[in-house]
Amino acid sequence: MENNNNYIISAIVEHKPGVLHGVSNMFRRRGFNIESISVGPTERMDLARMTITIRGDKRTVEQLVKQLNKLVYVLKVNILDPANTVARELALIKVNTPDQNARLDVISYAEIFKGHIVDVSHKSLIVEITGDPDKINAFINLMKPFGIEELARTGITALPRGLKQLK
Amino acid sequence: MVMMTGAKALVETLKKQKVNAIFGIPGGAMIVVYDVLYESDIHHILMRHEQCAAHAADGYARASGRVGVCMATSGPGATNLVTGIANAYMDSSPVVAFTGQVPTSLIGRDAFQEVDIIGITTPITKCNFQVRKAAEIPKIVKAAFYIASSGRPGPVLVDLPKDVQMETAEVDFDCGVEIPGYKPNYEPHPLQVKKAVDLLVEAERPLILAGGGVVISGASKELVALAELLMAPVSTTLMGKGCIPETHPLALGLIGMHGTITSNQLIHETDVLLAVGVRFSDRTTGKIEEFCPDAKIIHIDVDPAEIGKNIEVEVPLVADAKLALKEIYGLLLRRFKRKERTAWMNRVHELKRQFEEKVESETGVKPPKLMKVIRKILPEDAIITTEVGQNQMWAALYLKVYKPRTFISSGGLGTMGFGFPAAIGAKVACPNVPVVDIAGDGSFIMTEQDLAASVAGEIPVIVIVLNNSMLGMVAQWQRLFFGGRYSAVNLGGIPDFVKLAEAYGAQGIRAESLNEFIEALKSALKSDVTTVIDVPISPEENVFPMVPAGKSLKEIIWK
Repeated sequence: MENNNNYIISAIVEHKPGVLHGVSNMFRRRGFNIESISVGPTERMDLARMTITIRGDKRTVEQLVKQLNKLVYVLKVNILDPANTVARELALIKVNTPDQNARLDVISYAEIFKGHIVDVSHKSLIVEITGDPDKINAFINLMKPFGIEELARTGITALPRGLKQLK
Repeated sequence: MVMMTGAKALVETLKKQKVNAIFGIPGGAMIVVYDVLYESDIHHILMRHEQCAAHAADGYARASGRVGVCMATSGPGATNLVTGIANAYMDSSPVVAFTGQVPTSLIGRDAFQEVDIIGITTPITKCNFQVRKAAEIPKIVKAAFYIASSGRPGPVLVDLPKDVQMETAEVDFDCGVEIPGYKPNYEPHPLQVKKAVDLLVEAERPLILAGGGVVISGASKELVALAELLMAPVSTTLMGKGCIPETHPLALGLIGMHGTITSNQLIHETDVLLAVGVRFSDRTTGKIEEFCPDAKIIHIDVDPAEIGKNIEVEVPLVADAKLALKEIYGLLLRRFKRKERTAWMNRVHELKRQFEEKVESETGVKPPKLMKVIRKILPEDAIITTEVGQNQMWAALYLKVYKPRTFISSGGLGTMGFGFPAAIGAKVACPNVPVVDIAGDGSFIMTEQDLAASVAGEIPVIVIVLNNSMLGMVAQWQRLFFGGRYSAVNLGGIPDFVKLAEAYGAQGIRAESLNEFIEALKSALKSDVTTVIDVPISPEENVFPMVPAGKSLKEIIWK
């Protein structure tokens, strides 16, 4: 396990029913433990991009890429190079703010992290924060002492920097 | 563009794909298609269980190299196909399965005989489609046939909701097929070919491991030519059996759990292994860490995902086996100086002789002897199918075959009950050669109801039941590894297979001696009706040689 690294895999797939099922089913059946998967439309209506993060050794990840490529509705698969990739995640964090002090503290932390307060109630705030996973983890750790009521993360979505690679 | 119903469009497309046989069973959600088949000249073979329809389509495909087609209604019809589809998937057999489906308006509402066959078959098909509009039918069906038969072949399922079958639409049969995510690569990369040749030129003790990919690619001639040039002996996996005539001096026979001692020993002595169209399954390699420990491996496969899946190799070569072997042969011819391989060849022949002598020394009517007798009586081009278990391993080890596509067996999935319906399918594909299913009593009883299909459909095949009234292979494991605790393996001699055959209108013969057997098989070959030959054998018989599961191929048990 010492050779395990984090990998971000970007796959262009046909945008049609059953594709996500087929991909996730393949992961389950072949025993690939993925950390996150995010799916959304691309610049072309008929294609979707899947961004998959996985922790594993090189051989496992290469096998995952081959198995993905083998699926008929998967058009293109790339392992993204972390140095040349913009990777972002969005998190919504509902934090306990029982009093004014707590509320002000959370708001100021959110400002430092370039987050937004997207909902306010008497006893809690929802912070929206975007960034690479390390930044989000750091912010979540800061919020823990206040008490996190609920948390939702999108998983990473990513694009290679510079000219288009996935054609 | 012409106006017609979806069902009519389906049958027309099948005709354009030159489909001449469909194995199937109708039902409520497929009745519209069957209504069109009523007046079609496509030969529909009415099977008696959908599993057999899928196996028959698989047998048809393996015997002919063409796409096999099966058809079933929705719900239980579709789920009954599943074992057959999984079997075709594991053995890379081109099968297209059509299933009926409840009308689109009822999908997701748990309608009568509704099942999510797309969800169920996603992991056991190359691809599957649910048709939503009649106009899409020609395009989807063409894509299904193309995907099933190209690259690494495999099954494709097309699900047809009933309203789509009934819908009248403008259909275009000349539509092109574009599948942007599917581009199988056949051409070997010149650099990889060169690397392979570099290794082969230097090899002192080369060995070829040939699998089902050689059969599928039609690369037998190229394989044998390369083996002869290199003076490399050839071991085959179960799926590769037949890709080199087993009487060839370089043919070593089966490798793996029930491999010949020749194959299993020499794999430890080779220094360069050329693996062609194999997937290094556990039954082939035994304990993979100890598989050909001293060899550099060249791996040719058309499926890139097979390379590095189970074993790390020196030279990966993603290509069609035939094209790759041709390229290697061509380059080798220029660079290879015929070597003195006296020591290696002597070793090959010495081990082959030892193996033959050990087999010959057995007395009485033993299954290995029986296999040799069968071989002597059958013509060279006869097609052998097998069930799964002892019968299969005896046939794989001792029944020598001469040609590719004449040995049809359930390799990956190990489906008991496969051999008989596969024989029916093979006979439909090749009506002019005898088709013989080597069966055990446990396997045959799983699909024997399709004796009805073979008799009524006038598809005569021969079933040889090696009858030990046991689930023989399980009993063998219990005898060898579980202290003889025979748990749930005794089948008690039921049924009487002669009477069973007769009940279906087939010929049933019991053969209690070798002479009776010879007479029975000769009579079966002359018969124009299916014949079941019941051959009682001892329940104590073991298939040897054997390597226990998970052990190195060196740890051979023989007595």
